[in-house]
Amino acid sequence: MISDNLPALQVVLPLIAAPLCLIIHRPKLVWLFALFICLISLGISIELLSAVINTGPISYEMGDWAPPWGIEYRVDKISGFVLLIVSMIGAVVMLYAGKSIEHEIAPHKQTLFYSAYLLCLTGLLGIVITGDAFNIFVFLEISSLSTYTLVSLGKDRRALTAAFQYLIMGTLGATFILIGIGLMYMMTGTLNILDLAQRIPEVLETRTIRAAFAFLTVGICLKLALFPLHLWLPNSYAYAPSSASAFLSATATKVAIYVLLRFVFTIFGVTFAFEIMPMGTVLMLMAIPAILIGSTVAIFQQNIKRMLAYSSVAQIGYMILGISFASVTGLTSGILHLFNHALMKGGLFLALGGIAYHMGAARIEHFKGLGQIMPWTMAAIVVGGLSLIGVPLTVGFISKWYLVLAALEQGYWPIAVVVLVGSLLAVIYMWKLVEAAYFNNVEPSEVVVKEAPLQLLIPTWLLIGASIYFGINTDLTIGVAQQAAEMLMGAGQ
Amino acid sequence: MSDGMEMMSNLHPFLPFLIAAILAAFTRGWLRSVIMLAAPVFGGYQVMQAVPGTLVYLQVLDLELTIYRVDELSLLFGYLFHLGAFICILFALHLKDTLQHVAGLLYAGSAIGAVFAGDLFTLFVFWELLGLTSAFLIWASRDERSFHAGLRYLLFQVLSGVLLLGGALWIWFSTGDITFNEIGLDSGASWLIFMAFGIKCGFPLLHNWITDSYPTSTPTGTVFLCAFTTKAAIYAMARGFPGTEILIYIGVFMACYPIFFAVIENDLRKVLAYSMINQLGFMVVGIGIGSALALNGAVGHAFNDVLFKGLLFMSMGAVLYVTGRTKASDLGGLYRSMPITTTLCIIGALTISAFPLFSSFVSKSMVMSALLEEGYWGVWMAMLFASAGVLEHAGIKIPYFAFFAHDAGIKAKEPPVNMLLAMGIAAILCVAIGVYPTMLYSILPYDAPYSPYDMTHVLTQMQLLAFAILGVVFLHRSGRYPDEIPSVNLDAEWFYRRMFPAIFRGVKVVINVSLELLGDAMRITLGYILDKLARHHGPNGILARTWPTGSMALWVMVLLGLYMILYYVK
Repeated sequence: MISDNLPALQVVLPLIAAPLCLIIHRPKLVWLFALFICLISLGISIELLSAVINTGPISYEMGDWAPPWGIEYRVDKISGFVLLIVSMIGAVVMLYAGKSIEHEIAPHKQTLFYSAYLLCLTGLLGIVITGDAFNIFVFLEISSLSTYTLVSLGKDRRALTAAFQYLIMGTLGATFILIGIGLMYMMTGTLNILDLAQRIPEVLETRTIRAAFAFLTVGICLKLALFPLHLWLPNSYAYAPSSASAFLSATATKVAIYVLLRFVFTIFGVTFAFEIMPMGTVLMLMAIPAILIGSTVAIFQQNIKRMLAYSSVAQIGYMILGISFASVTGLTSGILHLFNHALMKGGLFLALGGIAYHMGAARIEHFKGLGQIMPWTMAAIVVGGLSLIGVPLTVGFISKWYLVLAALEQGYWPIAVVVLVGSLLAVIYMWKLVEAAYFNNVEPSEVVVKEAPLQLLIPTWLLIGASIYFGINTDLTIGVAQQAAEMLMGAGQ
Repeated sequence: MSDGMEMMSNLHPFLPFLIAAILAAFTRGWLRSVIMLAAPVFGGYQVMQAVPGTLVYLQVLDLELTIYRVDELSLLFGYLFHLGAFICILFALHLKDTLQHVAGLLYAGSAIGAVFAGDLFTLFVFWELLGLTSAFLIWASRDERSFHAGLRYLLFQVLSGVLLLGGALWIWFSTGDITFNEIGLDSGASWLIFMAFGIKCGFPLLHNWITDSYPTSTPTGTVFLCAFTTKAAIYAMARGFPGTEILIYIGVFMACYPIFFAVIENDLRKVLAYSMINQLGFMVVGIGIGSALALNGAVGHAFNDVLFKGLLFMSMGAVLYVTGRTKASDLGGLYRSMPITTTLCIIGALTISAFPLFSSFVSKSMVMSALLEEGYWGVWMAMLFASAGVLEHAGIKIPYFAFFAHDAGIKAKEPPVNMLLAMGIAAILCVAIGVYPTMLYSILPYDAPYSPYDMTHVLTQMQLLAFAILGVVFLHRSGRYPDEIPSVNLDAEWFYRRMFPAIFRGVKVVINVSLELLGDAMRITLGYILDKLARHHGPNGILARTWPTGSMALWVMVLLGLYMILYYVK
């Protein structure tokens, strides 16, 4: 009984738990409860992914209404994979949030944080699991609205403006997506994704569908912060509470990329998007400046959270670059990097949270001599940084490797060079931290600083450790990513 | 043979060092000492059991990497590096510096991993590890000078790694085969790899990282440094480019020019660094000749070089450790307080000068004989000059200025017992190999029977050495032995002793000035570019500042418009 309803539970559980948080009210208890829910969500998504790998896609009829009339929840390899990323990061960051939130947010607002966090998780999981285009929009709004709340809870006053800007831009994006979906509905009369995929080819030549395609492209690119639509991202990540930054950077943009893959590959199909429409060129032309400019701006940042945010802009560029090749290898690299980047950037933001825990913020000057004071936190940052750069034995290497392979496969030598240059830029901005932390003597300061508490260190190292583990044992990640890529490429033909 | 059946005997030789390094990071005192010494002993035992022809593969992504390949050539270097690692670790045992211990173990392990790498990508991984781990040995001095020297050092190492990777990728894409065997200089890719190896071999003009960084490392760190990087490069060169004629001329140049620099150098560890390039020259020449005898000579000399150059670096390290100085002008008269170190240093000096009955003689003469056999008379003469030069700057200058000369009145005592033991082992091996050359010959990879102790060799060498020493004595007696530049270049005519340093100083000045000008020009251009970059990318630059919400929204509209147009036009 329960196992049949897993797809529904995946979404419903955190959705119901969110208001319950407000009833429980006592922060410590709320945290335990939320953690419990996150862990169950993680369990469910592991169960779903393994079921999908073993027996193929799962289709679940909400309320027993058969698709395409009812809402269908559908888990296939790619959505199962992204579900796992989201729920895994959700659980690890929640483990971290207990201690960190206690320190960062006023007691009466803490419950609100957990509630918003669970709602955000609901939204993100829902976007991925649903097989209904309008449902995607609904969940997108749930996750976005709760995200604005999460960002605004940051203790820096600038968090409020950042949240407001994010709200405006996010709403614009969501509206565009809604318009796109609406136009498609107008032409086909259906909202179910598989049904859309079957009906769209008949009306592909109409201007309405092309307009829908344009609205969707811009809307989704805004959501996934592709250059030059990334402007909302740096401030939101920089001023949000540490846990929120880690959670959002590791999941929100990833889910947006998933939405892009769904719409472009499953609904519109490879042939339409990449051969009839110049989607590949458009994405590539955005991705390359994203990589180069994002990394260069990161070098000059003094606020390290902001630096990592810009680095995220660059990393999103890598994913989109992989997708823009519209080849199995390229898609594999993009999907792989979804997972890999979630691990390393999540881990890095958590580590920064550990520094901010004692220092109050994480600016470059706070790093002086940290190599001695906070050896474990700094070690995490170094390992995460190596992964960002793409050093062998880390996950970053695996995805860059596939990306370079994909570029060479198409004969795009200059693009392989861009990827390498991007890595060099990453060396520079990470080196700044290493130099500050390891080559400066400790300055005697009034605040007695020591290593971050274990409750922060353990989740940090869980993610950083995973970023090494999956850099060495790549069976799961590459296997799933490759199959997902083959599925997406096949879907359009 | 593949993996699986004999896991133990096919254990990758990097693993003992990796495990020991991890354990060493978390242990202290005697336990750490035991763990550290166990790594080369255990690893060495494993390598002794290894059977030539063993291959272990590892499937990484779509690539089948040969991570472990055993043949005679890699075995020789395998023995050597385990032996070297043992001596180096023993020498550094008294330290309480975790950084140096861990970095040293990983560094030695990467060198071993590199010589057992069967394909170019595995080689690249260990090649980079070599550079990275050793940089920490330089930084371990923890002062301003070593920090910058370490960075410059790392730059060279990374450059070498990038060239190797580029070459490897190129070869992979053009042939699909990445096995690391003889490469030969016949394509662009092979030139890249040649330069990659060349940098680590200390090719002329690419050698600065050696002389720049070795003197700045810690007393113990330099000993590690001198043992591995360049020898791994010699191994790679011997496997990839045997018989490449250009190497002969590069090698001759390497053997000769450092002598002039060594002559005018005051820092004794820097003298040794120059002397190292000079010895590398002998090996590179051997590889360039490419006959079985010459290759045996080259790799055999590499083997001996680790021991005697290690011994000399150790003795200077001991002096630095005890007195805190390595400048020739600051030292002197230490033989009274450090008799054992003095004796061991003299053994090292005798060995590097290639006296008969010392190890260098039995390997160097192979290269010299091979030169004659192949008819390179001119080169032979030049190498003879280089040999005499060795005697002067390493054989006499090092022990003389450190332990004798004018008494600097330094209060000193013998270094810790582990240092003495390490030096002792190296010294005993220097003599043992010299007396029983079969010990070395039996493990040389190529088939070329050779006997060093015949009339011609011994006589030539003794004459050379005798006249060189005579020259020193004569100059000393006749008062021509200069005080400020306490050095004589014996084989080139005595009056060159002023001309050459002067010329070289002149050349150095010219080079320095032009480098400075070039540097200024670069700095200005770079500054300009950085300025521009900062203007756009810096915190308040157009690309990084916080935008008003309205402008962001405007961008969205502009893009929507663009997309619309693009999609309609199609």
